[in-house]
Amino acid sequence: MHPDADLEQLMARYQQGDSAAALALIERLSPPLHRFFLVQAVSRRDAGDLLQETWLRIHLVRHTYRPGEPLLPWLYAIARHIRVDHYRKTRRREMREQQVEVLPEPAAAARGGTQGPDLEALLGALPESQREVITMLKVSGMSLEEVARATSSSVGSVKQKAHRAYQKLRQVLRLAADESGA
Amino acid sequence: MNPEPDKLDQVLARAAAPEPVDPELLERISGALLPGLRPVRPIPPVEAMAAGLWLLAAAVATAAAAILGMHGLAKLSGVQALLILAAIALLGGLAASQSVTAMIPGRGRWVNPIALVLGASLALMGIFAVLFGGYSLHAFVPQGVPCLTAGLSVALPAGAGAWLILRRGFAVDPAAAGLAAGTLAGLAGVTMLELHCPNLRAIHVLVWHVAVIPLSAVAAASLARKAA
Repeated sequence: MHPDADLEQLMARYQQGDSAAALALIERLSPPLHRFFLVQAVSRRDAGDLLQETWLRIHLVRHTYRPGEPLLPWLYAIARHIRVDHYRKTRRREMREQQVEVLPEPAAAARGGTQGPDLEALLGALPESQREVITMLKVSGMSLEEVARATSSSVGSVKQKAHRAYQKLRQVLRLAADESGA
Repeated sequence: MNPEPDKLDQVLARAAAPEPVDPELLERISGALLPGLRPVRPIPPVEAMAAGLWLLAAAVATAAAAILGMHGLAKLSGVQALLILAAIALLGGLAASQSVTAMIPGRGRWVNPIALVLGASLALMGIFAVLFGGYSLHAFVPQGVPCLTAGLSVALPAGAGAWLILRRGFAVDPAAAGLAAGTLAGLAGVTMLELHCPNLRAIHVLVWHVAVIPLSAVAAASLARKAA
């Protein structure tokens, strides 16, 4: 049986108007979704807003989920759309306010001190597309194929991004270890 | 010895246990969604919707050609008609599937939407170049503009009809969805032109007939982005 089969059953029941199933989905899927937004370099408050916006959107378009299909790619495609939309709006606002680029620098990854970098800081070293892939794979436990479906890309492209992300993360960890050892 | 992979795995494994979300936030979310929760009918299967789109585009093209007169079909040989219509039908099926897929989150995509527009245009150009001859530029523009206008005029209702079918979905990438639906609408325009237009000069067909596809696709993508 597919590990997410119960999520898919809950989603099917949510479509049938079952409040208990909807509540169970909200409780089970909100933590990884919240983490997904947090690692995309948004503030905790923004992550909360994005989570809320994502659920509202999920509710509005819940009929677009086909029972029996994997749920996570559907869910994360919507979450990704909300996040990209938020990013564009923020960029436009920043451009208007003539502020400088605020994407996290790789050095941010070394903030963890002796206890090691935390996830947000560590993934802050990665370009957005790689960060997204690693979060879906490692936080949400999605397969390569599910990530490919959620991001409208090929499995090969997801593999390549994950590979590059691992290389970069290892480099960041090595630098952090060298600094703390010096 | 290289300790990094272990440390990296440890850090990423820590992330696999997401932190709990503020209960107040979860309450707000459930409070917004659950009251008055009603059942919804899931969207039909991709194949059914794609078939519907394909039939709609074919019906619009055939009806328009029947109204204007099937002068082009009368001038085509059996082989020419078969090859052209089969290629358009195949490309239309691909564009219809792609249009539906783009309206269902997490369905991925078979083809890059830009590749679809370019591929459809180039494939038809290749077929026309093989089947037809004649590269004289005599009356190139005066004969071409009415064909382009007529093709786009057919693409418009085909695109509007496609939108009626597709609006039940949700495009996570509106521009990609617009490009795919616009390609299908453009193919409806080209179909009408092949059935109606008796001008079989290669240069005319290659430029003015095929141009309906990219123009329709770009227009649909712009509209979809604006509407999003």
